[in-house]
Amino acid sequence: MLSYILKRIGQSALVLIIVGLVAFSMFRFVGDPIDNMLGQERTMEDVERLRAQLGLDQPFPVQYFKFLSNAAQGNFGVSFRQGRPVADIIAERAPATLELAAVSAILAVGVGIALGVFTAIRRDGFMANFIMSASLIGVSLPTFLIGILLIYVFSVELGWLPSFGRGETVKIGWWTTGLLTESGLKALILPAITLGLYQMTLIMRLVRSEMLEVLRQDYIRFARARGVSERTINFRHALKNTMVPVITIIGLQLGAIIAFAIITETVFQWPGLGLLFINAIQFVDIPVMAAYLMMISLVFVLINLAVDILYAFIDPRLRVSA
Amino acid sequence: MSEPILSIRNLTVEIPTRHGIFKPVENVSYDIHPGEIRGVVGESGAGKSMTGNAVIGLLDPPAHISEGEVWLNGRRIDQLDPEEKRRIRGKEIGMIFQDPLTSLNPLFTIGEQLVETIQLHLDVSASEARERAIALLDRVSIPNPEVRFDQYPHQFSGGMRQRVVIALALCSEPSVIVADEPTTALDVSIQAQVLDLIKELAKERQVGVILVTHDMGVIADTTEQVTVMYSGKVVESGTTDQILGAPTHEYTRSLISAVPRPHTKIERFPQVSYGGRETVFKIEDLARNWEKPPLSTEGPLVQVQGITKKFIEAGSIIPSRRKYFTAVDDVSFDIKDGEVFGLVGESGSGKSTVARMIATLYPVDGGKVWFDGEEMTAMDAEGIARYRRQIQMIFQDPFSSLNPRMKVGDIVAEPLLHHNILDKGNVGPRVAELLDRVGLSKDAHRKYPHEFSGGQRQRISIARALATQPRFLICDEPTSALDVSIQAQILNILKDLQEHLGLTMLFISHDLPVVRQMCDRVGVMRQGKLVELQDTESLFAAPRTEYTQELLTLMPRLEQISG
Amino acid sequence: MNDTPISDSAAPSRVRRALDSDLFYAFRRSPVAVVSTVVALLLILSAVLAPLIAPTNPFDPASLNLMNGFTPPMEPNAFTADSFLMGTDDQGRDVFSTILYGMRISLFVGFAAVMFALVLGIVLGLLSGYMGGWVDTVIMRAADVQLTFPSILVAMLIFGIAKGITPVEYRDQMAIWVLILAIGLSDWVQFARVVRGATLVEKSKDYVAAAQLIGRRPFAIMIRHILPNVLSPVLVIATISLALAIIAEATLSFLGVGAPPTQPSLGTLIRIGQGFLFSGEWWILFFPACTLLALALSVNLLGDWLRDALNPRLK
Repeated sequence: MLSYILKRIGQSALVLIIVGLVAFSMFRFVGDPIDNMLGQERTMEDVERLRAQLGLDQPFPVQYFKFLSNAAQGNFGVSFRQGRPVADIIAERAPATLELAAVSAILAVGVGIALGVFTAIRRDGFMANFIMSASLIGVSLPTFLIGILLIYVFSVELGWLPSFGRGETVKIGWWTTGLLTESGLKALILPAITLGLYQMTLIMRLVRSEMLEVLRQDYIRFARARGVSERTINFRHALKNTMVPVITIIGLQLGAIIAFAIITETVFQWPGLGLLFINAIQFVDIPVMAAYLMMISLVFVLINLAVDILYAFIDPRLRVSA
Repeated sequence: MSEPILSIRNLTVEIPTRHGIFKPVENVSYDIHPGEIRGVVGESGAGKSMTGNAVIGLLDPPAHISEGEVWLNGRRIDQLDPEEKRRIRGKEIGMIFQDPLTSLNPLFTIGEQLVETIQLHLDVSASEARERAIALLDRVSIPNPEVRFDQYPHQFSGGMRQRVVIALALCSEPSVIVADEPTTALDVSIQAQVLDLIKELAKERQVGVILVTHDMGVIADTTEQVTVMYSGKVVESGTTDQILGAPTHEYTRSLISAVPRPHTKIERFPQVSYGGRETVFKIEDLARNWEKPPLSTEGPLVQVQGITKKFIEAGSIIPSRRKYFTAVDDVSFDIKDGEVFGLVGESGSGKSTVARMIATLYPVDGGKVWFDGEEMTAMDAEGIARYRRQIQMIFQDPFSSLNPRMKVGDIVAEPLLHHNILDKGNVGPRVAELLDRVGLSKDAHRKYPHEFSGGQRQRISIARALATQPRFLICDEPTSALDVSIQAQILNILKDLQEHLGLTMLFISHDLPVVRQMCDRVGVMRQGKLVELQDTESLFAAPRTEYTQELLTLMPRLEQISG
Repeated sequence: MNDTPISDSAAPSRVRRALDSDLFYAFRRSPVAVVSTVVALLLILSAVLAPLIAPTNPFDPASLNLMNGFTPPMEPNAFTADSFLMGTDDQGRDVFSTILYGMRISLFVGFAAVMFALVLGIVLGLLSGYMGGWVDTVIMRAADVQLTFPSILVAMLIFGIAKGITPVEYRDQMAIWVLILAIGLSDWVQFARVVRGATLVEKSKDYVAAAQLIGRRPFAIMIRHILPNVLSPVLVIATISLALAIIAEATLSFLGVGAPPTQPSLGTLIRIGQGFLFSGEWWILFFPACTLLALALSVNLLGDWLRDALNPRLK
């Protein structure tokens, strides 16, 4: 068990180092950082000074190591576009994205699992078929269209909810939250639904197909042959077995929520990391792109690590053999 | 005789399909009395399992009972609603499935699964249920039941799991148990123990048992009454002695005649001709232009010296931390030109691994193999190519040994084309000849493997193996996936190959009666080691090791069968 | 088991066999499958034939009349009295025509990206599954790392890097190809994992052992024996991937990191249309959005049906 977890942690660290390499290569080789930072009017001395300051005159591995150790200390350099430290910009934007993602994730996982179980148990029922058909529309509807649709109905036509921004926020230390004001909560509703809906349909469809698969297994037949009631079979025997593979995918979906936040934030002009990132891509602001990449991979890796550990607790086969 | 506890009357099951209504069970009747074991025997697709499923109300839709009645303890149960049927399941009728590895929920301890079932059917407290569960585990001979109670299914071996499954079926003291091929997935030694347990429990608790099986040996050793089924219908019912000793129906007679006899060697198996056309194969015709270059040595054709195979059990970057499992440990034997050499052993004994090493499918981790005086394990690529023309293999599973996306003609032509024996333009007649000689119809080469039955596919495999005119044929459990009548047919072809073409064979099997019919000499393997090697008749008459003796005593005796 | 051949008659032709197959039978019996196939084919056909169908060429400045700007659908324009099926945008371009041309871009990117991912995924999946050992470890670790990141993010990143590398004057020209590369590279993992899994199953089957015994080389076994047997799950994934690729392209273009305004795809059109939503010109957004939905939904429905039909246990 312990060796299993240590192995996972080792793999996570490896992923981070690889991602760091990608991020650093981007920083180092995509465009010339000196060009980007100094602009047209510059002297040779400026170039040399900056080159030494950034450590660009040193060998690649040394540069990479420096980049990693800087990143580990939260130092990602200066944005080409805004001229401010990237770390400051990210700290400013992160709370908005994390709050949005958390609310959407709870929505997606909670409702997704419940609907998935429902449609698997009542697989031939009218409601289940209806939900399944609706979910296909949900999967086919791009996130940005859902956002536009919601804005059109609830902001433009009905005028109930705001169509952009976070509303009023409250500062708690460096963290700004929109969860404590009425306008903040109102502003959260549409983006959270937009972001959560797509993941919810995916989770629902996944839970359904996994559960149907489990319900076909011999031990379910045998449980039935022992006279175990359908209710117990569904919610005790089948559900637990369903969750084993589902948990892995849910972990991936949580990562996807943070990525899809980019789209939602663009549609709703939500002042989070995603909006920052998309602007960075449009203006080729490499330090911001690199920092976003590092940050977000840290989050993904942590989620996956948590999932792997959780997995070991649920599945006894893993617990003993490892 | 006492009143029957379970009575099946004129039961018919229907499945509506695209091509019309299919009746897997038609007009089936039989009774079960307390403490009695009734064998239901037949070949695959005979409807024997479907009958069991219908009785306990576990038919998969759209299959349904269309006619007939099922009476349990004087009460008609086939028309009950699903909820009432559920209450009978487990409480009054228990069920044992074929595969113990998949019958238990992997995420719950066996204790949890036992207590759940006990509390479901009996009104007892949790601690009482626990006590009962432990007593049951003890009764089915699980050592340390208190400790085992809290373990998960993956911590039990196959035989142990089947005991747990039996304990689960007995939880609520049912009056009938339906056991569907309960020992087919187990090794012979475990099989005997589990069958003995079922016999004891039936007597001790006066439970009626429906034992569904395809294995005449199991029938002979375990049951008192037998019902023989063929394509959904009962062809004959009676006491075990009567059915085995003096079968009246033609199908039963032909079926029993095809069962390999453990105690005498016969020349050819009688063909089961009931219901189908007789398949004609003409191996002797192949002999006319069968090229057999002279051997370069006088010695044995195949010499195996100290071969060893290790599989990595737990991988690691650090070599010292890797764990190995020795599948084959220092095995040596010779095979003479023209003889059939048998290797027997239980699953995991390493016999198939030996075969695959000789066939070059696995590299050896130690030891040497010579073929016709040349050391195969030291050959270069060209030598291996020549060697591969000389050896061919017949595999166990006829459904996986033919590529489903290739036409049968292409499958048989592949070795001919690969070894440049014939070119594309001239390969057709040769392929047609090979298919014809193993008894397949003229248009077989244009069809895909799924259009053929298991026995036909095995014959296609044989045609493919014969294409390069090999000298040595490796048969890895060639008939263990086949029904007994088809087995007889395939074994006859193999005998013809030896007789008319002079093929040398390595014959791998777990089935001692089959080995006795087929082999000249036999090696017995256990846990990777060759423990005994003798002429077949001497081995059966006077086994030298205790292990072989034990294997022989576990062989079904089939004493009831006359002749 | 019945030991007689199923049929003694001459083997039917490939077409007859296909029409008689259980898959085609199931297809005819499923109205959803038939309707979604018809819709998808109609959309694809009208995109391919856009130059013949479209009333105007929206990219030919000569055919544009700024006076026609913001004409609502099916209503004659106040100045020129021209009427347009789906109205016009701010520059007087016929929305119906821009949709037909936009769909060409969307479908081209979608198909090309899926083909790219499919070929890459099949090759790597086969190698990984059949070779095992370090080849497998390297490919699958790479896949795992990439899978940690949602494909849309990977696509954006590749797009961003490519944009950084290409000189400014080529960016618009290269955008479509960069888009295909980005979406394709973000999607190969799906194919590789499925092909690898199926290859592992097939590899353990005896027909592969039989081919090895004949002496076939690993490459021949992979291509001739294993590949045909792993294609049916690939077909399902390819269909679903096509829908996802179309959506991904639309999303990237909507975000402004995809098809450039000079070559607008459906996503670009929606991006443009979104700006007019608040001012009441709904049609500029509405029709492209509906087309995108119809396209994605019909392909998705087909993929969904195909998955169920090819997996008999799910029935």
